[in-house]
Amino acid sequence: MQLLLFDGFNGLIQGAFYALMALGLSLIINLNSVINFAHGGFMVIGAYLAFSLAPYIGFWGALVVGPILAGVIGLIVERTLVRYMYSRPDPVYSLLLTFGLALIIEDTVRSIWGAQGVPFQIPSALGSPISATYFFLTGYRLFVIGAIAVATLALFAFLRLSRFGIRIRAGVLDLETVSALGVNVYLLRSVNFAIGILLAGFAGVLAAGVFQLVPTMGNDVIMATFVAIVVGGLGNLFGSVLGGLLIGLAAGITSAYYPVASDVVIYVIMAVVLIVRPRGLMGQEGMFE
Amino acid sequence: MNRRLIVNGAVWLVLLTATLWLPLLGGYMALASRVLIYALGAMALNLLLGFTGSMSFGQAAYFGLGGYGAGLFLTHLTNSSVLAVIAGTLLGGVVATAFGPLVMRRRGIYFAMITVAISQIFYFIAERWNAFTGGEDGLSGFSRQPLHLGFATVPLDSVAFYYFVLFFFAVGAGAIALLLHSPLGHTFVAIRENRRRAQFLGIHVERYVWASFAIAGFIAGLAGALNALQNNFISPANLYWVESGNFVIMAVLGGMRNFWGPLVGAIIFIGIQDYVSSYFPNNWQSFIGVLFIIAVIFFPTGILGILRQRVKVA
Repeated sequence: MQLLLFDGFNGLIQGAFYALMALGLSLIINLNSVINFAHGGFMVIGAYLAFSLAPYIGFWGALVVGPILAGVIGLIVERTLVRYMYSRPDPVYSLLLTFGLALIIEDTVRSIWGAQGVPFQIPSALGSPISATYFFLTGYRLFVIGAIAVATLALFAFLRLSRFGIRIRAGVLDLETVSALGVNVYLLRSVNFAIGILLAGFAGVLAAGVFQLVPTMGNDVIMATFVAIVVGGLGNLFGSVLGGLLIGLAAGITSAYYPVASDVVIYVIMAVVLIVRPRGLMGQEGMFE
Repeated sequence: MNRRLIVNGAVWLVLLTATLWLPLLGGYMALASRVLIYALGAMALNLLLGFTGSMSFGQAAYFGLGGYGAGLFLTHLTNSSVLAVIAGTLLGGVVATAFGPLVMRRRGIYFAMITVAISQIFYFIAERWNAFTGGEDGLSGFSRQPLHLGFATVPLDSVAFYYFVLFFFAVGAGAIALLLHSPLGHTFVAIRENRRRAQFLGIHVERYVWASFAIAGFIAGLAGALNALQNNFISPANLYWVESGNFVIMAVLGGMRNFWGPLVGAIIFIGIQDYVSSYFPNNWQSFIGVLFIIAVIFFPTGILGILRQRVKVA
């Protein structure tokens, strides 16, 4: 039972990261119509920037500045490269572009910070276990779950309540009409892309305190993020969150019983979902079919 | 019609005489074999990407499965290189056929996401099933065996292996060419051009996408089996999604609307990879990444696409 709780909790943490990553990636897929293969790369950038900044501005400063810097880099990339892909109907080009970016980011991070993992210091107040029986329940891990929940709720509030967020949602439904109504859709897409990257950077900084920081940490996360989106249903942000939590938990629980299969299980879940419910748990019927 | 004959004749002549001119350029036969192997893999992908209009981003799975099929066959069952190639081809193709129904209904980015996610299943199986696949270290301990032709036994050294690969390349490329000139191939192109109209005409689009996916799987398996024989080694990296991206860039770089586009792309990609990785062993990944971005922004129709425009204008 102890072991199951331990692995289940680990899975929940993992799932929370997948959910946050899937949320940002979904935002970008929905409005920018780009599968951002570099999403994992931006997560790594956020994490390493925070690692370098933390000695100067402390953990809390890095937690704020790291993601913002990642978001700014994302904005620059969108303005200089990604936006040329919007006019190309064939999605292969944007895919290859972000794929190339992912390779460059991984290589650059390795050149600057080294291929070996580096440790990331978290505030000592958060580092200790909360109880002796449940040693895996450190304050930091609870904080991570809380922070991701707050970020998710903040994003949903932004999309529901702010004028800009409502325009983003309208743009997802019909970009042409939104443009005809006088909204600057280029700005809309740029900001939307930057928000997606910001979320990836935030996930990166939080992950840095839980897992080891290595340049390749984005590679496996990006695939799990795809799975989360497919399981949750393409086009539905809430589905992406649900899908992320679900596959994270499934991977965690599997590693309690059959550790060898813990990597494969999420893809098996995806295959089952595609057979039983092709549109995903919360996806709309007929989308991208 | 005549021009096509000339181009095809020239390509085969260049490939057949590679042993004569390649050393003069400073190349070596193993490099030429690798180009052919990856070109065949990229042509398999291009059947989906360029001619059926379905962007598979998981082609490395069937390429890698072909390699594991050939490697495991040589390890456990037989000492015939040809049978190993056939086993690899079948493994890649049968698995692609089995997973086709999961992807055939999707389009565009959804198709890409699902194919790449499915390819990860095989990556993790290969990486985790230590006892059978060698796990993270890859599968080694097998080696390509001499050919028994009945009247003679040919050891597959680098030159002989090049012609061994060229033979199977010709089989694979010939199969794709025949297919594209058949009604089936024209149906694929019709689906690419206008999926909805094809559907209105009574074409079962999903079945044809499935067929295309399955055939591409067989040919990718063939290429992967040859790859395993070339290196006498196969590792999970051959199944990883980064490898899938390499096949896509080869097709796009050469020109995905052209039959020989993937071959041109493979020559450039493998050439650059070989050159850069020997001079910048630590940062060759960035060069490849920049190549991706340059190709996408400046050569969206590929090298052959640009050449064809020039020829038409002139």
